[in-house]
Amino acid sequence: MFDTLRHLFHTLVPAVDFCSLRIVDESGDQITVRHDILQPLTTSIDRGAMVTIIHRGGYGYAATSDLSSAGLKDAIARAQAWAAASAGRSVIDYSTITMPHPVGRYASVASTGTNRKDLIALLMQESQACRIDPRIVDWSASVGTISTHQLYLTSGGGDLEQQFRYVIPNLSVTANQGADTQTRSLGGQYNGYCRQGGLEVLADAGFYGSGARVAAQAIELLSAPNCPSGTMDLLLMPEQMMLQIHESIGHPIELDRILGDERNFAGTSFVTLDMFGTFQYGSSLLNVTYDPTRSEQFASYGWDDEGQPAEKTYVIRDGVLERPLGGAISQARAGIEGVANARACSWNRAPIDRMANLNIEAGDSSLDDMMRSVERGVLMDTNVSWSIDDSRNKFQFGCETGRLIVDGELKGVVKNPNYRGISESFWRSLKAVGNASTADVMGTPFCGKGEPSQVIRVGHASPACLFANVDVFGGEA
Amino acid sequence: MKTYFYQLADFIAARLQGSEQYQCWYSAEASDFVRFNRSAIRQSGHVQQAALTLHLIDGRRHGSATAALAGHIAADGATIDQLIATLRAQLPDLPEDPHLLVATEVNSIEFIEPSRLPSAEAIVDQVLRASTNVDLVGILAMGPMMRGFANAAGQRNWHQSATFNLGWSLYQSRDKAVKTSYAGSDWDSLEFAARMQDAIAQLAMLQRAPVTVKPGAYRAFLTPTALHEIVGMFNWDGLAEKSLRTHQSSLRRMRDEGLRLNPAITLSEDTLGGVAPGFQSDGFIKPPRIALIEQGVLTGSMISPRTAMEYGLVNNGAGSGEAMASIDLAGGSLPMAHALAELGTGLFVSNLWYLNFSDRANCRITGMTRFATFWVEDGEIKAPLNVMRFDESVFRLLGDKLLALTSERELLLDSDSYGERANGSARLPGALVRDFTFVL
Repeated sequence: MFDTLRHLFHTLVPAVDFCSLRIVDESGDQITVRHDILQPLTTSIDRGAMVTIIHRGGYGYAATSDLSSAGLKDAIARAQAWAAASAGRSVIDYSTITMPHPVGRYASVASTGTNRKDLIALLMQESQACRIDPRIVDWSASVGTISTHQLYLTSGGGDLEQQFRYVIPNLSVTANQGADTQTRSLGGQYNGYCRQGGLEVLADAGFYGSGARVAAQAIELLSAPNCPSGTMDLLLMPEQMMLQIHESIGHPIELDRILGDERNFAGTSFVTLDMFGTFQYGSSLLNVTYDPTRSEQFASYGWDDEGQPAEKTYVIRDGVLERPLGGAISQARAGIEGVANARACSWNRAPIDRMANLNIEAGDSSLDDMMRSVERGVLMDTNVSWSIDDSRNKFQFGCETGRLIVDGELKGVVKNPNYRGISESFWRSLKAVGNASTADVMGTPFCGKGEPSQVIRVGHASPACLFANVDVFGGEA
Repeated sequence: MKTYFYQLADFIAARLQGSEQYQCWYSAEASDFVRFNRSAIRQSGHVQQAALTLHLIDGRRHGSATAALAGHIAADGATIDQLIATLRAQLPDLPEDPHLLVATEVNSIEFIEPSRLPSAEAIVDQVLRASTNVDLVGILAMGPMMRGFANAAGQRNWHQSATFNLGWSLYQSRDKAVKTSYAGSDWDSLEFAARMQDAIAQLAMLQRAPVTVKPGAYRAFLTPTALHEIVGMFNWDGLAEKSLRTHQSSLRRMRDEGLRLNPAITLSEDTLGGVAPGFQSDGFIKPPRIALIEQGVLTGSMISPRTAMEYGLVNNGAGSGEAMASIDLAGGSLPMAHALAELGTGLFVSNLWYLNFSDRANCRITGMTRFATFWVEDGEIKAPLNVMRFDESVFRLLGDKLLALTSERELLLDSDSYGERANGSARLPGALVRDFTFVL
């Protein structure tokens, strides 16, 4: 199909300043077992293209699921019309931006394939293993697999092919006793162990044997006391760190938010352009990288959706904010260097600045070191609730589970743990960063942003991190 | 497009073998999207998309597959053949599904609203002309949307409308802004101009120095838009029968313990008054109205066909997510014009933002104030409020803390466009409450 579309594009490309064709061909399977019953299997085949035209300062796009010659001709005509209609009335003279014309190939790491029958048997086995107690009232196990093949062509000879394979495991167990209901999950209820690769993702995520283990954790929470309230040390494990990074570092430093594009929906940012290079975002222990090169991570790629080559880049080094997450168009508008993160969720949405893989680099503290340094605190794991203001500053996050830490020792489980803080100062309370042995590779398929709305895949690898003097609280008695 | 979809349904029917049955769901749109920032165009474009979900059933074995459609049989016939082959190969490997419920009663209904929309370019011209002296950011989404259902029993359903949804914010500085929307099927330039003038007038109030209030409990007026965020939050599983049965619903204490909201709260799924199709993706017809909370008492729930089979209930046309699509919250007796006077001293909350549960068992929700939220003294707006975080139980906020609902209600059309443009709606009043708890 791609060869036909290559030929068509080069035949049809109009005489404009810049024209690109981005084709996305994606197929996926979702298998879910709930209460030991296979839920309806869903398969999807999504295929379409977006034409983008820049001409005389204007920018227009047109997307279509009709990949015939007539369909592409129509899309080109519509994109040209919008480029003409926006010329002289756009946020920037788009023709002044040098768009790349890259040539290359990228593919997810070669991996073990998945087999539907085997997966169903595995899910059934893990589901059945969840039945450890009559107080287990709901449970499910699922695996999603997605295969994506993209082609990006430009009027200047650009020709990129990228292939991705994603595996998205999930297992969730809910226990109830009276008014108390507690849910535990494998990596979070929103697919925290999503990664690129094949069946090895299931093993790496600890999926095998997770049914009984997660069910026991849910039962344990029923008899646990509520998380205490007060100001104390907070030790966050990777299943919560991914959310902390995502909401209070990733989104605030997205360049399109700083430029104001998202102010009507996702919001603005407390970060301003003058802060790059000088602002002390966190303590000197904080090192954050945009890293699309980790092959197993969910949002790794060779080029972004505007053809910029992707490479690992520090965005915060030794606590100092160095550069934003912004693609070529945002960089041109802001006059500041960014990274290759102009991404679209599919063929029917235009690229905008997304955070891709955003990771915290490992430090040198072991988990024991960090716990021993705590006089009174709480360890929290696995995000369950998240809320943050439109400037990405005042946040309140909740976790599935917690453990008390008293006088350097890990104590009992507590339920309904929550904490709140302010991004602008929270990261400066970072007092220890875990070493590689405390780290995990997480992500989410569900990062929502943009007008029109887009849900995109992102990755977050992080070690455990220790914060001082955090406002912590639990549920109502 | 309707004729084409029905042609595709016949195409599928002709390919069935033996005891196979099918259902299919069609979803398509031709949308113009124009993003604005700083009163200029950020991105403008057009999206033409169509997708078919084919559900192949043989006895109690079944599977479904979704594919993008080109819009002409030359390509789509091959796609459908591929879907059928894929599903047909799957079925023998699958166990029988005890919770499968297939619509057998034929209910063919159609709704077609011819487009009366002007061109997107014409609306863009008006938006840019009206915003030359302000900082406008927002989105115009418009065009026809189609949904269809067909099955082997011969049921055919079609829902077609053509709408616009313009949402915009006028910014004063940093995070101080007035958010407005204008949506519907008939664009009225005078109505748009009036809404823009109202927003510009409110913008003037944001020029005053903002105030920060200490965490604590405050008397507050929630506009219909703000109240919609609260209702929308507990619509996320709260009224779902499956969540109620598995004790995960945020409203479970209303069923399990008989907890009640304020008698002023009467909530229903109002398909008749909404804009969503009257049929769901399995072909079940939605009743005109489903009573969910009546005078503060939980009396109903959203029940999907699958949940109905699992728990031995009668389904009421809910989709698989068992959430309201056409929210209707009854009004009260407080005239909107008296809202500030009745508020007296407290917070006028135009918008809430980024809500989530902090304690689901107690339906305790946290979230932020956003956009034009003001500090009010003696019924007069004094100053814009810096954003505040609330943390409050719905059982209290819409229970003993609820003082009044406005007599006027607003119809809010869903502006989400994840994957495709949404067609949900909410009609609801504003609310006057006491002791609304702010924590940060």
